[in-house]
Amino acid sequence: MVFDVVILFFILGIFARLVGSDLRLPEALYETLSIYLLLAIGLKGGIELSQQPLASLAPEILAAAVMSFTIPLLLYPIFRFAKFNWADSASIGAHFGSVSVVTFAVALAALAKQGISYESHAPLWVAVMEAPGLVAGVLLARAAQRRAEATQFVSKGVILGSEPIKRTEVLGTATVALSSAKQGGWKTIAHDVIFGKSVLLLLGGLFIGAIAGVEGTAPIKVLFIDPFKGVLALFLLELGLVAGGRLAEVKKYGFKILLLGIAVPLCLAVIGMLTGHLLGLSAGGVAIFTTLAASASYIAAPTAMRIAIPQANAGLSITLSLGIVFPFNVVIGIPIYIQMGLWITS
Amino acid sequence: MSLIKHPKSLLVIIAEANLEKLLIKDIKKLGAVGYTVFDVRGGGHSGVREGTWEADRTIRIEVIADELVADKIAQYVLEQYGKDFGMTLYFSTVSVLRPQKF
Repeated sequence: MVFDVVILFFILGIFARLVGSDLRLPEALYETLSIYLLLAIGLKGGIELSQQPLASLAPEILAAAVMSFTIPLLLYPIFRFAKFNWADSASIGAHFGSVSVVTFAVALAALAKQGISYESHAPLWVAVMEAPGLVAGVLLARAAQRRAEATQFVSKGVILGSEPIKRTEVLGTATVALSSAKQGGWKTIAHDVIFGKSVLLLLGGLFIGAIAGVEGTAPIKVLFIDPFKGVLALFLLELGLVAGGRLAEVKKYGFKILLLGIAVPLCLAVIGMLTGHLLGLSAGGVAIFTTLAASASYIAAPTAMRIAIPQANAGLSITLSLGIVFPFNVVIGIPIYIQMGLWITS
Repeated sequence: MSLIKHPKSLLVIIAEANLEKLLIKDIKKLGAVGYTVFDVRGGGHSGVREGTWEADRTIRIEVIADELVADKIAQYVLEQYGKDFGMTLYFSTVSVLRPQKF
């Protein structure tokens, strides 16, 4: 079979949406499934972590964080060149800098199916890569906003010519914009990302798994480990429905966004592959690092960016990350990333 | 025995769920005592919001307060978020039994 069975559920979800089916998973189930997946991924990694020393992981953790932080900085000039405004360029970059846990889960399922082993503490990379990309996106936006305001002040002064420059008026506008940015200040963003459900459950699961070990987690194995793939299939059905709803939006934003949604993950995949290889990871590990670099967040990033960069067009970045990048990665990207991992380590 | 009723303003804010924490902070800061939040879905100028996943959720906040406080909240919220966020605000007059609660 070409596709892993979970991908078929995703395609079913997209199909249901495109044909206008009334299929809709209850919101409470979506919440439950996402909590389950995050905890289960964390627990699985934690159980493996309990069997190996922690100190050797420092370079990987550092590399994961640096990669996540650097991606928005690399993408910003590219998006500006593609004629996106500063707010959208920073926000989209942050979506790519952060990661998609479900894309990661699909990559794990694909590796397991092909019998390719990988570093069992990989969920730790995911937890580390959630936040730095968002921070970089916000930094880019703040810098660009300051530049935009300075330009606005100067140009207004020139246009007004002989009239007295209404400094308070201009500064007033800037103050409103900045105070609105302050609403989503660092404290709020840091709190929402670190204590948001994704990182909290992933790290919480890792922690519980690492402390309890194989023996301690044996009684809950039947709930958290064995049914994982079935739950992932159900979650992907729901995500197919959501992503299918976004496909119509792709047309609205044009061909450019489709091209970027495919080209950017492939370019980022090369960075992930090289970083993974430099770290000396296994073929499966490199494939996961490649997948993480290529993935775009559609849960943590949209929520954080909406508050931190309210000027950005949320519809655009969500359509890109959930309507194009996510389907591309799970259906076409992951098999390519696995081949990249196998190729560079062979 | 007829009940003694007191008029108050009911302010309803429909906004992106992302704003919930900030709005509640503002509402309390500007003098309202209580509020009620509902998860809702619908469509409008900003497109259709189905509430199917995190970034697509919408909330409806109800605040009962003195007219002055409700006006102040509405004005502040509109100034702060009206430009960048999809948002609907409306007022009505309601009757309450224990005015000191609001």
